[in-house]
Amino acid sequence: MKPAPFEYHAPAGLEEAVGLLAELGDEAKALAGGQSLIPMLALRLAVFDHLVDLRRVAGLRGIERRDGSLWIGAGTTQAAIQRSAEVAEAVPLLARATPLIGHFQIRSRGTIGGSIAHADAAAEYPAVALALGAEFEAMSPRGGRTIPAAEFFTGMWTTALADDELLTGIRFPVRPARSGYAIEEFARRHGDFALAGAAVAVELDGPRIRRCGIGLFGLGPTALRAAAAEAELAGADPAGVDAEEVGRLAVSALESVPADLHGSAGYRKRVGAAMVARAWQRAVQEAGDD
Amino acid sequence: MTDVDIQLKVNGTVRRATVPPRLVLADFLRVNCGLTGTHLGCEHGVCGACTILLDGEAVRACLVFAVQADGSEITTIEGIAAPDGALSPVQAAFRDHHGLQCGFCTPGFVISATALLQENPAPTDEEIREGLSGNLCRCTGYQGILNAVRAAADPGTD
Repeated sequence: MKPAPFEYHAPAGLEEAVGLLAELGDEAKALAGGQSLIPMLALRLAVFDHLVDLRRVAGLRGIERRDGSLWIGAGTTQAAIQRSAEVAEAVPLLARATPLIGHFQIRSRGTIGGSIAHADAAAEYPAVALALGAEFEAMSPRGGRTIPAAEFFTGMWTTALADDELLTGIRFPVRPARSGYAIEEFARRHGDFALAGAAVAVELDGPRIRRCGIGLFGLGPTALRAAAAEAELAGADPAGVDAEEVGRLAVSALESVPADLHGSAGYRKRVGAAMVARAWQRAVQEAGDD
Repeated sequence: MTDVDIQLKVNGTVRRATVPPRLVLADFLRVNCGLTGTHLGCEHGVCGACTILLDGEAVRACLVFAVQADGSEITTIEGIAAPDGALSPVQAAFRDHHGLQCGFCTPGFVISATALLQENPAPTDEEIREGLSGNLCRCTGYQGILNAVRAAADPGTD
């Protein structure tokens, strides 16, 4: 047994789950699919005295239209998202990002809420949520609140969630007409964490760009929005935009780009710019064809 | 730390046990059930040797605590062949196409290939490669494995 010993809790309801988290404080961690948490426990990169398993908590799974958004329960597995025709239709960027996560044996356990709450800098879903302007529903003993994706990812493996707060669902805007989406990443092998990647959403209004969302991953301590590039592109005519310039602009303001034996910070920035340029081109083309 | 009572079905047999929460499912299968066909390589979700079917889906048994599998149905490599011992199509194809060398990674590959073909009975070579990319073979016998899965998908292409 490689992980350190811990006390196991499997509450049946949301109220009980957040009550446990509140009572146990930072000695407890919520366990969803466990595909990031269990390796960290096995390697003892993380040690918790208590794990609160969410598998019995009702109301955390499902994919449904709610008030013009697509709501996905935080406990919904990546495999269920990959199989969902509703997701492919309403949130194509999420559907396209999902096969890039780990391997299918990981996706059969891994959950969307786990991916987002774990907030790994190289993970796909946080960048997708940023690009689309998704909203996160969170619950604590103090009640529920909604957190915009842009305010959620605060640092390395760190989010706006309090110790006693659970991510319960994610609301994605349903794809409007004349929009296009693409995700590009560069990994050493399929299923590896990306060295750098970008998720791009483009919405057109007449000949001009109404909104462009660019989420970057593997390029900082957490997923990041390329805000300067997004602002530059809003209102522009895509015909006059140079894709490589979009890429350069998107990575220009990056600080603390990771560096390791697989690539220096400078290399990752160049790869990141290329991923943005490719995703931008594909997204704009799809929006124009739509 | 408090041990937890669990009950699950492994290869059709009901198993009850009281286990420490930190016991991973792979260790439960090997130690508590004596099913040592599920191999443990990396023990942190990279190598795929411990792949099993949990409620019909391929998962890494090193990335599931046994307590999380309470109430579920597990199929290990010991449950893949027919009750009379006849090899499954995937197992037979691994034998016929030299899909194994030392054999350490084989249980994981057989389970992954079985799940892959259940979901996609006629995969392209690219889809087979992608489906098997979560399993490592340190003998690097990947071509034989690829040939085996291709043959299992379509026995007519020998």
